[in-house]
Amino acid sequence: MEALNLFIKSIFIDNMIFASFLGMCSYLAVSKTVKTSVGLGLAVVFVLLVTVPVNYLLENYILKADALIEGVNLSFLSFVLFIAVIAAIVQLVEMIVEKFAPALYGQLGIFLPLIAVNCAIMGASLFMQQRSFDVAAGSIGGGLGYAIVYALGSGIGWFLAIVLMAAIREKISYSNVPAPLKGVGIAFIVCGLMAMAFMSFMGIKL
Amino acid sequence: MAQTKNSELLLNPLNLNNPITVQVLGICSALAVTVKLEPAIVMAISVTVVTALANLIISLIRNTIPSRIRIIVQLMVVSFLVILVDQVLKAFMYELDMALSVYIGLIITNCIVMGRLEAFALGNKPFPALLDGIGNGLGYGVILVIVAFVRELFGTGQLFGFQIIPEGCYNMGYENCGFMLNPPMALILIGVVIWIQRAKMKELQEK
Repeated sequence: MEALNLFIKSIFIDNMIFASFLGMCSYLAVSKTVKTSVGLGLAVVFVLLVTVPVNYLLENYILKADALIEGVNLSFLSFVLFIAVIAAIVQLVEMIVEKFAPALYGQLGIFLPLIAVNCAIMGASLFMQQRSFDVAAGSIGGGLGYAIVYALGSGIGWFLAIVLMAAIREKISYSNVPAPLKGVGIAFIVCGLMAMAFMSFMGIKL
Repeated sequence: MAQTKNSELLLNPLNLNNPITVQVLGICSALAVTVKLEPAIVMAISVTVVTALANLIISLIRNTIPSRIRIIVQLMVVSFLVILVDQVLKAFMYELDMALSVYIGLIITNCIVMGRLEAFALGNKPFPALLDGIGNGLGYGVILVIVAFVRELFGTGQLFGFQIIPEGCYNMGYENCGFMLNPPMALILIGVVIWIQRAKMKELQEK
């Protein structure tokens, strides 16, 4: 059950926000209301699901050492190619959403194009490159299957983190926060406490 | 914006307009690489170099970029600069590069770089843009150094690998606060830094 292990691990233990701090900027900026957080979270899940497998294919069939031509290692180009793929896919997703779900497009507003520069998307691709899901014998679809599971898990972890944070921040607005801490200061401390809570998931083995 | 004096461009981001604590940009790498002081300083220098050069380049070509593809152009310029920085690090400081792992690559999506390009470089002359890039990089570096200093000192009793807390303290029962090396403390430390900064500078407090 390697895939299930990877899935649970990327949601709770290697949570994109609480363990790797990816996507913090938009996380802190958008988590003021639950409604916008749900919208952004779903958009991030979707973009991750598309970009990580595509980058995985790119990495394994073009960029790796000896992948394209014997003796040629193109991995120094990975940054440029990954970000180009991400920008192109986000543009594509934007056009598709605008055409087929205009209501959703209106709700997401500026957040959809902003996802292209979200560290979470680029970070997921870079982590995927680092871990290089080897084509394991007997696994679902080989490495590509793992890449998809990893993308889904990471996205859901990010979504969970941002919705939880938004819910807490909505409640905090009624509390007596000291003036220097209002807004971003208390958000950091709350985030730290949540990260501590998520640490309790370490060591889960399925 | 054009009347901003050059000295203000360099000094404002250090305190008044700090990219991390005031503009709330570039948080991801600030939290992840501050476990030890050495990677934090290398990261700060890398971000300063990338921000300054990217600001300079984009400002030089700002009148020739069509508005529709400006994000792509910015991303391309920044990506190439980051590839350069990464290759230099891989060549001269390999262990450090491994420790920093993906966070060098993430400088591309570092909100500070993109944020300053959009907010400043696109509308200002090259030299002020260069100064603005250096200033924001240094402001980012200051916060990184503060957080890394606290985390490494209290987490391992060392700084730069040199033992600072003397043996005598350990013999008397002092224990390293190992939790400082974990992610949650980075978040809480930045919250505390923001708290201290805003308590001293009331105009930054949110209503």
